[in-house]
Amino acid sequence: MKSHISTTINGDSVEFLCEPSQTLLQVLRNDLGMTGTKEGCGSGDCGACSVIFDGELVCACLVLGVEAQGAAIETVEGVAAHDQLHVIQEKFLEHAALQCGICTPGLIVSTKALLEENPSPTEAEARYFLAGNLCRCTGYDKIIKAVMDAAATMRQGA
Amino acid sequence: MSEAREFKHIGQRTIRPDGFDKVTGKANYGADLSLPGMIWGAILRSPHAHANIKKLDVSRAEASPDVLAIATFEDFPSVNAAAQRDGTHREGMMDTACNILANQKVLYHGHAVAAIAARSQAAAIAALDLIDVEYEVLTPVLNIDDAISATAPILHETMMTQGLAEPATEASNVSARMELKKGDIEAGFAAADVIVERAYDTPTVHQGYIEPHATTVVFNDNGPSMIWCPTQGHFDVRARVAQLLNLELGQIKVVASEIGGGFGGKTTVYLEPVALILSKKSGRPVKMEMSRGDVFRASGPASASQSRIKVGAKMDGTITAMQATLHYEAGAFQGSPMGPGCMTVFTPYDVENLYVEGFDVVVNKPKVAAYRAPGAPQSEFAAEMAVNELAKKIGMDPIEFRLKNAAKEGTQTIYGPKLKVVGLEACLEAAKSSPHYTAPIPENVGRGLAAGFWFNIGGQSSVIINLNPDGTGTIIEGSPDIGGSRASMQMMAAEILGVAPSSLNPIVADTEHVAYNQTTGGSRTTFATGMAVVEAAEDIVEQLKARAAAMWNVTAEQVDFKDGVAQNLSGEDQLTLAEICASAEKTGGQISGRANINARGAGPSFAVHICDIKVDKETGKTDVVRYTAIQDAGKAIHPSYVEGQFQGGAVQGIGWALNEEYVYSKDGIMENAGFLDYRIPLASDLPEIEAIIVEVPNSFHPFGVRGVGETGIIPPLAAVGTAVAEAIGQPISSLPCSPPKILKLLMAAR
Repeated sequence: MKSHISTTINGDSVEFLCEPSQTLLQVLRNDLGMTGTKEGCGSGDCGACSVIFDGELVCACLVLGVEAQGAAIETVEGVAAHDQLHVIQEKFLEHAALQCGICTPGLIVSTKALLEENPSPTEAEARYFLAGNLCRCTGYDKIIKAVMDAAATMRQGA
Repeated sequence: MSEAREFKHIGQRTIRPDGFDKVTGKANYGADLSLPGMIWGAILRSPHAHANIKKLDVSRAEASPDVLAIATFEDFPSVNAAAQRDGTHREGMMDTACNILANQKVLYHGHAVAAIAARSQAAAIAALDLIDVEYEVLTPVLNIDDAISATAPILHETMMTQGLAEPATEASNVSARMELKKGDIEAGFAAADVIVERAYDTPTVHQGYIEPHATTVVFNDNGPSMIWCPTQGHFDVRARVAQLLNLELGQIKVVASEIGGGFGGKTTVYLEPVALILSKKSGRPVKMEMSRGDVFRASGPASASQSRIKVGAKMDGTITAMQATLHYEAGAFQGSPMGPGCMTVFTPYDVENLYVEGFDVVVNKPKVAAYRAPGAPQSEFAAEMAVNELAKKIGMDPIEFRLKNAAKEGTQTIYGPKLKVVGLEACLEAAKSSPHYTAPIPENVGRGLAAGFWFNIGGQSSVIINLNPDGTGTIIEGSPDIGGSRASMQMMAAEILGVAPSSLNPIVADTEHVAYNQTTGGSRTTFATGMAVVEAAEDIVEQLKARAAAMWNVTAEQVDFKDGVAQNLSGEDQLTLAEICASAEKTGGQISGRANINARGAGPSFAVHICDIKVDKETGKTDVVRYTAIQDAGKAIHPSYVEGQFQGGAVQGIGWALNEEYVYSKDGIMENAGFLDYRIPLASDLPEIEAIIVEVPNSFHPFGVRGVGETGIIPPLAAVGTAVAEAIGQPISSLPCSPPKILKLLMAAR
């Protein structure tokens, strides 16, 4: 029996039907066509499916679709305002903080969560906050530089 | 290439053209394509590491209304029982086919046995229970020692060791032996004052790309079938699928999706031919995905290895002889990177007397695939560890010891050619004066240093550049972009055409829209495809000159083209590229440039890495506290992405050295097939990775490029291994230097 779920994704009211066993990640990707959120492991170990769920950073593969009832969800598709990139996105590009780019959506969302919680992280704090987002290409060096630069730029703008 | 050239775009840090889509979630990767009417495939995998399939019965699945198609080995017309009976089977595809869907025998835990397609992914997975398989379980062979023992169970009854002095008479798990030599190894050791001889081993590790394998396909009887997949080489996917399914190349179109990491692991096929069989049988588009567990258990990891190294030197630091015996696990089917392992092991050294022997060994583990400089990290780890130990024994600084013996222009390699101009000495000098090496070693910290060598390749690339009537353009290439290569292509074309890089849009075209391109691998893309881009742009420059000449009523020889502007040498007239394009209609139609090349002259890239490590003596936990990667790029087209290759390679090597390994039960079940337990480095595990680009130009490339993708993974194994050895005051001979292993060494020494 599928459940009828009403939720909010990136500010839009969204309704969908889902099996009780379906994860939020499967709903986003396969039912709603929102493939910006990536699957790297399906077990909450890689962070590629990071989304912000009622203000909290979660792995969408560890949340059930039915749990989205009445929730407010932010995905990578909602980070930029139309064609205007978020500072975090601009800094990732400026610092070449992505190579293949598969972990990037999750990292952008996680970085946003980090900087909302802690606008002035130390490098160590950034590294520990983002430890749940695996990147195999970059060795994290340029990611951390992008995050620190984004934090500094956002503090100036605030 | 000796004098420094002034560049306008090369060497700048531009924003990559595909960046916007990748930071906003718009870029489409392997699992991101869904099609109308699409169904899902799933694969039944072996629960055993080694077993005969006594019975494979799909009748219950066939009878189920949920099951829309089934695939087994017998659906490969190129190799199935019928083809074998009538002698038309393709022997060369047998291992590939048997790895994709098992034929009468399963050879590793997770080996694919059959596939099912159903209306949803969940339904397909559930329907796998309807396939009945009866196994006769055999003893698994899980390491090199067991595989080569006289009593070992034999994986392949017909496999005879190739490359022996006397032809083999009995089946063996050793598929091949090779030997390379130079000079007189006995005399070399006789001339040595000090000799180090030691055995080393490295574990099975995985490339660990974050994107699992996935594909969406549509079989089409009346035109080309379509395969969408993340691959380093879509032309190679096309060739393999065509051979497996007895199709012509023109009957298949492969679209390379964006690719979420590969590192060599996405250079073969697993799901694609199976999905196409299911699509053909069901008449529906079919999508398949591997789970992370499937990726670990059933895609190709990198070989575990055992190496014995002997190095001799005089007290003045001259190395007189180097000898290696190298064993590589190939996994379930023959074909480890034993060859390149043997060829690279001692190449950083200009030594008169060398002897290398290599063995390719099959075991009940997944068939290995390429992993960044395949074969070299294992063998060079062993060689560099021994070299460091030797340097210490004779009391020489490891950099001075290497400088004394460094390979350079004219060094005769063990595998054939003499080296051209190479940058090892320049890297060693850069290491010597680096902020890291000149800093004192902090208390309780061990420091290690190691060099690395990788050949790099060139090969076939095809490029078309189309200019638009307003002077913007499209670069149509066929090299999947894994790490920002589109940016380099754009910059190289812009340099030649004298336009802004952003005015040229690079596209990685499918197999129908550009001629054949070799796989993105061997660190070849910026070198070879870059060379094709340059030649295509130069082709355009010639046409622009001719068009301008036509407008000025002069000959093309009277026209110069520089910085995007054509100049009439017999007058004052000038025309910009955009102006020539705008009037192309009147001078013969629109303008395209083209190059189809087989690039020769790839320049090897040497690297030197420095690592500082702190070890917690209570737990055996290691921390990398400082790390520097120095490498010769020839010429860095986009320095940020060159540094990124150094840093990424370094960190994969750090993972290999410190944590990563396949852990097997005695039954051959991989016990850590997930990112929680197979622990790749996290952001919190690492310091900054300092990257120093050395530029010793490769004279065979128009801008001096050497490939940089692979070398960076080689030095970390011994740089880390040596740093750990220094930190705990004991030799390291086995990777990974995981806490339990280090603790054991520390306890034993107490």
